Amino acid sequence: MLTERSAPEIDHPLFNSYTLDTAYDEMFTAEGRVRPPYMPLYRRLLELSAEDLHGRQRYADLTFLNQGITFTVYGDTEGTERIFPYDLLPRIITSSEWAVIEAGLKQRIMALNMFLDDIYHEGKILTDKVIPRELVYTCHHYRREMRGVDVPGKVYTSVVGTDLVRLPSGEFAVLEDNLRVPSGVSYMLTNRGVMKRAFPRLFAHTGVRPIDHYGQVLLTTLRSLAPVHRPDPTIVVLTPGVFNSAYFEHTFLARQMGVELVEGRDLLVHDSVVYMRTTAGLRQVDVIYRRIDDDFIDPLAFRPDSILGVAGLFNAYRAGNVVLANAIGTGVADDKAIYAYVPKIIQYYMGVEPILPNVETYLCEDDRQRAYVLDHLDKLVVKSVGESGGYGMLIGPHSTGEERERFRRLIEYEPRNYIAQPTLQLSRAPCFVDGAVEPRHVDLRPYILNSGDDQITIVPGGLTRVALRKGSLVVNSSQGGGSKDTWVLFE
Amino acid sequence: MPDITAKPMLSRVADNLYWMSRYLERAEHTARVLAVGLMQTIDQNPRQAHPRWTRLLEAIGASSLADEEADASRITASLTFDAENPHSIVSCIASARANARQVREQISSEMWEQLNRVYLRVRASSAAQIWQGEPIEFYQRLKEGAHLFQGITDATMSHGEGWFFIQVGRYLERAGATAKLLDTHFQVYFAPEAEGIALLEFNDWVTLLKSCTAFEAYCKVYTADVQPPSVAEFLLLDSESPRSVRFAADRIERGLQAISRSTGSRWAGRAERLAGRLRASLDYGQVDEIMAEDMHAYLDAIRRQCGAIHAAIYQAYITYSVESAIVQ
Repeated sequence: MLTERSAPEIDHPLFNSYTLDTAYDEMFTAEGRVRPPYMPLYRRLLELSAEDLHGRQRYADLTFLNQGITFTVYGDTEGTERIFPYDLLPRIITSSEWAVIEAGLKQRIMALNMFLDDIYHEGKILTDKVIPRELVYTCHHYRREMRGVDVPGKVYTSVVGTDLVRLPSGEFAVLEDNLRVPSGVSYMLTNRGVMKRAFPRLFAHTGVRPIDHYGQVLLTTLRSLAPVHRPDPTIVVLTPGVFNSAYFEHTFLARQMGVELVEGRDLLVHDSVVYMRTTAGLRQVDVIYRRIDDDFIDPLAFRPDSILGVAGLFNAYRAGNVVLANAIGTGVADDKAIYAYVPKIIQYYMGVEPILPNVETYLCEDDRQRAYVLDHLDKLVVKSVGESGGYGMLIGPHSTGEERERFRRLIEYEPRNYIAQPTLQLSRAPCFVDGAVEPRHVDLRPYILNSGDDQITIVPGGLTRVALRKGSLVVNSSQGGGSKDTWVLFE
Repeated sequence: MPDITAKPMLSRVADNLYWMSRYLERAEHTARVLAVGLMQTIDQNPRQAHPRWTRLLEAIGASSLADEEADASRITASLTFDAENPHSIVSCIASARANARQVREQISSEMWEQLNRVYLRVRASSAAQIWQGEPIEFYQRLKEGAHLFQGITDATMSHGEGWFFIQVGRYLERAGATAKLLDTHFQVYFAPEAEGIALLEFNDWVTLLKSCTAFEAYCKVYTADVQPPSVAEFLLLDSESPRSVRFAADRIERGLQAISRSTGSRWAGRAERLAGRLRASLDYGQVDEIMAEDMHAYLDAIRRQCGAIHAAIYQAYITYSVESAIVQ
């Protein structure tokens, strides 16, 4: 028997600058051995020269630029279009890991939809004091206009993109529920397209589950929301317009589904019915996959200064003449303070333990927890409860004294608006950076499509976001993050 | 009868396709005029070159640039790369692209990629850079880029309503631009000598034909004997040259007919009638009569009719009032 073990694979010169630390490494075990699912990739990397990899990277970047797969950076006067930095090396998830993620997310989405239905109707969970009533009612995204409104099929969230992180133990945990207008799915799909051209043979050797049917499932999901008396419903994607950072994605999804991409100015409401203006006259609209936030969707019902929305849309919605996906007011359930209660929400409605754990969260509203947070600002990550996209947060260990002082004042001024979490060691995956393979922190955002009646589909994959700056823990595209293709294996 | 299988098109989408096409046609026209202007004046002294540039600038609606110090490099720099100048090629291509970007899901990916490539190429160049190399080559490549876009459009996009809006936009722009170009030349031709404007030479008429990529086609019909009445007849009344005004009017009319068939629009009659009248007047026009009368007024009338067709299209398909659409 051959018992003598060869040198760990990480000792190969290609991995000279690849160091392991306390974070979970997606590719190597703590001993520096390649995890089995990564073996085909590892072997392929040894065959390729740095020049080969550079060539493929350039080719991929050019593809993104020529196809105009870009996002807009806010706060830049010209509205600069940039490509979303793309890393060549795929992130791999085994089928057994995926099974846990899938079951955990389905459970979570079902519970959150029951929660939304409950708080906008009877509010049993509030009466039973599982969640403090004030916490819900003070939530910035709580919409009292939605009280008593019956949403078709009780589906509040048709499209969800939940952010997962992998802890040092190797276990996945939920970091954020994005229940309003999650973006990024177009990058999941286009990354795969580019990857197939850059590494065609590797796919065959690895056995990767396809994700191309996302557009079709999304269309089916939206169709399922249409009123039964409209057998051939008109479905549209509503975009804020060409200056929105995710505009590329809006056009991409409309095209994938073969439906119209509309802006607010293309729609009008007459007698509580929504129409779009076409060259053949006005045509009734039945389902709107809206990529505009609640605040901006109807200047008559919400922010009156919005020019992106459609006047009278909310009335048409209340009258049941049009369906919005996602529903109005879902943001209350992805409020970061409500997040802390999601495990209890799952237990309350489903009577079972959550499959995917939460990340430990301190609510600044609670006096004792706030005191702890203020004492440990240099160790914790502080987040504003209603923000997303990496805006409005403090990463304690990487912060200056001045920033910590600013957050201390913010927290004391408005404690309800802040939560804190331990600085997580996100797992790390190999990336091709400056001619070498180096580890970088990653997260994972799978996309969940919910048609109600337990009909929940999760396309096997997701967007793996990468903090491309060395040591950085922030993966948001607006904060210098990139992405890579995500492979869920057949077995 | 409206074609009930056709999906209706958003008015805004029709608007974007129409302007995408018009702006690209405009950029190509400017590139062509600049390239032949450069060719013609490259071996001339400033005194000879100046009136020629003045004429070309007027033809593309940029007379304001034609001051005393205007020379080839300043004019080309401003009309090619000056993003502040709405007539410049870079502005037109950026506008074409901005329109295309709003209808990305309507046009084919290949169309978008080609237009984006043309845009990125112009953005990446500069006046200094093209004068280092071969400026005429640069404009040649630009024209090719625009032609490739048209070819890709015809080959990859369904020839439905949207495609016809692209056609109508292109040919309305072309008809107006060609009429204007003819006008600036024939105003000099008819001007009394006493006004001291240099008389047009053989070379100028060749330049005019080349500005419309029509010199070779002209020679096939009239031989290389370039005479002003033949030039006028060819660019106005030829039924086969894709650069003649008559050809453009024919395509505009056919495009509008196809659009009204697919939309069944109740208000389409006016635009079609105006386009049909323009086409018919060119079908039966006689160049000797046109030149015997006030040619400037004639060419001006063509441009006004193009404007009226544009307005009628907007009224029928894009900016119609909601009341007229809801009341059945």
